[in-house]
Amino acid sequence: MITTTHHDTDKKKDNEGLQLSGDILEALAKFQQVELTDFQLDAKELEILFAPSMAAQILPKLKLPGAPGSKPTSLLSTTFPTPIEKYPNKISTVKLGATKSEGGTRGKSFTIGGELSPAFYTFENPIPHKPIITLDVFDMEVPLSKAVKMHVKDVVGDPAAWAKLAVEKFGADMVTMHLISVDPLLKDATPKDACLTIEKVLQAVDVPLIIGGCGDPVKDTALFEEVCTRFPGERFLMSSVTLDMDVAKCAQFIKKAGNAVLAFTPMDLNFARELNRRLYDHLDREDIVMDLTTAALGYGLDYAFTNMERARISGLMGDQELAHPMSSGTTNAWAAREAWLKMSAEWEPRELRGPLWEVTTALTLLLAGVDLFMMMHPAAVKTLKDVTNHLTSGKKADPANFADWVKVKA
Amino acid sequence: MAEKKKGGLKELSPITIYKNLPKTNCKECGQENCMAFATKIVNREVDLDACKPLLKPENAKQYALLSELLKPAVKEVTIGIGDKAKKIGGKLVMYRHEFTYKNPTAIAIDVTDEMPESEVVSRVQKTDNFSYEYIGNTLKLDLIAVRSTSENADKFKACVKKVSETTQLPLILVALNPAIAEAGLMAAPKARPLLYAATTTNWKEMAELAIMYDAPLVASAPNDLNALISLAKTLQEYGVKDIVLDPGTFANDGLADTLNNFTVLRRAATKGGEELAGLPLIGIPMVAWANKGDLADDLVKWRESYLASMLITRFADAIILHSNDGWSLLPTVVLRQNIYTDPRKPVAVEPGLKVFGTPDENSPVMFTSNFALTFYTVASDIESSKTNAYLIVVDAEGAAIDAGVAGRKLTAEKIADAIKASGIENKVKHRKIISPGKASRISGEIEELSGWKVLVGPRDSSEIAKYVIDKWQP
Repeated sequence: MITTTHHDTDKKKDNEGLQLSGDILEALAKFQQVELTDFQLDAKELEILFAPSMAAQILPKLKLPGAPGSKPTSLLSTTFPTPIEKYPNKISTVKLGATKSEGGTRGKSFTIGGELSPAFYTFENPIPHKPIITLDVFDMEVPLSKAVKMHVKDVVGDPAAWAKLAVEKFGADMVTMHLISVDPLLKDATPKDACLTIEKVLQAVDVPLIIGGCGDPVKDTALFEEVCTRFPGERFLMSSVTLDMDVAKCAQFIKKAGNAVLAFTPMDLNFARELNRRLYDHLDREDIVMDLTTAALGYGLDYAFTNMERARISGLMGDQELAHPMSSGTTNAWAAREAWLKMSAEWEPRELRGPLWEVTTALTLLLAGVDLFMMMHPAAVKTLKDVTNHLTSGKKADPANFADWVKVKA
Repeated sequence: MAEKKKGGLKELSPITIYKNLPKTNCKECGQENCMAFATKIVNREVDLDACKPLLKPENAKQYALLSELLKPAVKEVTIGIGDKAKKIGGKLVMYRHEFTYKNPTAIAIDVTDEMPESEVVSRVQKTDNFSYEYIGNTLKLDLIAVRSTSENADKFKACVKKVSETTQLPLILVALNPAIAEAGLMAAPKARPLLYAATTTNWKEMAELAIMYDAPLVASAPNDLNALISLAKTLQEYGVKDIVLDPGTFANDGLADTLNNFTVLRRAATKGGEELAGLPLIGIPMVAWANKGDLADDLVKWRESYLASMLITRFADAIILHSNDGWSLLPTVVLRQNIYTDPRKPVAVEPGLKVFGTPDENSPVMFTSNFALTFYTVASDIESSKTNAYLIVVDAEGAAIDAGVAGRKLTAEKIADAIKASGIENKVKHRKIISPGKASRISGEIEELSGWKVLVGPRDSSEIAKYVIDKWQP
């Protein structure tokens, strides 16, 4: 028996007519029977001339889709094979925080990263580690939007109380202690002063900490060195080391203290690669988290999203320099005026619009592959937790009630 | 399922296109020559139909060949007719960085045939009038979804008629009972509404309606891709020309399935060339209203909104929403605008002096960063308030103000240099410059280095006009 695939047919299909008949007849002469599988024929007029005795045998097997009057009378059954891709690389993992048995003082520690597929492609691979949420705590007064301020106004100026609120009431997995008071242009506090704040926060909560600087490359280097010397073994994430700092020096004292580093670069993957290369001289892959810059919804989120999505796909495809877990300063969502501005009545209330702005920014970047979210508003934190729980619960969709929306009287 | 590979985006070269063009260099298309036209075609900046000679009967073969070569991975389907007709799908790629996404996700807001007529009209008008100005773009809504909750053909017909009279926006007719769907179609004949939906049980009647009324048809098979593709194949062979796929949207349990279904369909279309998966996808965030339990309405709106955003990011070509509150829609329309911009657009604008209105020697001078979003926001605020002013755009390596100051991209040195280089000293008599509020930390340094007096302006550019009126004195 011979099988003719439609590819063969395509080659010979032309305007002239059906050139196959010769082949078929030849085959018929030899085998008495021909089976055509996966066969497609496009023709305006079709004339098939077989010897009557043969035709009686053959014709029932010839299905000619699209021929006049051949509308399907029952559902044509076909399958959809799930397109699975294999990636040559996987994303590194990074451990954050250290329990007592791990050499620190924290009640728990987390691991992030380890992905084998793009974000939440659970049809392909499971999620190795759930994304983690850390809430921002500042060590002095900062301008906050009304929607955020109403939730933290009692604790602004008291970082320990703020951290406690973030963990106990808002469900933060971690706390980011922003030590902005060391900024020479603000209070110019000393690194030693800042360490006192950290000490208090460590006492107040038992979650892992991220230590944030002020953005001044020189002062932050001094701050981080003091923090690393003072608190070895806590597995802090030092936020952040940038290309305009003394990268080698920072990497060395961070490694010595057993901490991890947040490598921050401004929206350019080449910078991210360069910074990581410089960190590799002193740190392990498992010590590095990348911050590729988060821009707010409406104010460059598209750049941030694409940058992160590209980094993740490149990492999976084998670019080791980008195969690191990613962090997002999602709080930046509040830089968008639509998040905090009092607008005309049709866009109000801003108390809902604002946190939804943060949620939308967070979820968009969740789908780009972010592993660690630095956030601000309790409602936004709760939604991101709910969504990641739903995405990782393993519970299946129930199609039975899906069509209810058609008739729902909302 | 038979695999049919299409000319992928990367395989297309201008030469391939050029070889099949009439090569008349007639310039009728507005391009210098046929090669320039071919390049624009490959970049998807012009339509093939712009080549008039190609449309002549003698070039039919080349036209067909080129159309096939340029066929997108996801078929383009048009809902409605006339100026407001909405094209959905037409996608060339899976990931945004590969190429600009075509046809922004169409957003539909629903009405039902059991709402009082006044409510139907006001909802439709609100959808029609929805408008938000965002850095030079007007963000709008696109479609009205009319649902039959009454199961009464006459009611549905009357409702569709009322909606058609009220708006030019194209419609989605939502009724799973073919008799009711037909009543709706009769009220909007020739309007090409999107018909929702053919299922594994009603598909034949729905297919007949779609063919009779020349309407695009949604194939719906919740969380069952084998059934969905079978349905699409059946409808196609039945003779339905324009099909949209509904793999189901699930809000909580099943959210992972929802994202997976949209993702594998789009991957099969763009990477695998699967023709049946290569149909536009519709998402239905308003499922949030069907299983809301005792959740407060604001929380349902919240959930619906973030589902909409996730679906926009994950490949939905159209979505149906119930909430028409501004606060819940704004993030959705802004995200859609963001996701559908050209990913190659630079993050930074050209630094230098920009002039607004007709400033004179006493007019205010301000500076800002060259981060594109910062610049466009500031520029649009100055423009819309009709303030006459000079704006010095400082090269902050594309960083926003706060990030630029913190990261030493926007420094006093750069600002002082930019003031010098701008030639502003010859244009105004005063020596006062308004700084963004977020750069207040470096105002002292700027004064030292430039010799200009720095006035710390508002933290947000929406207050520039008020600031100038209240505080500006040359």
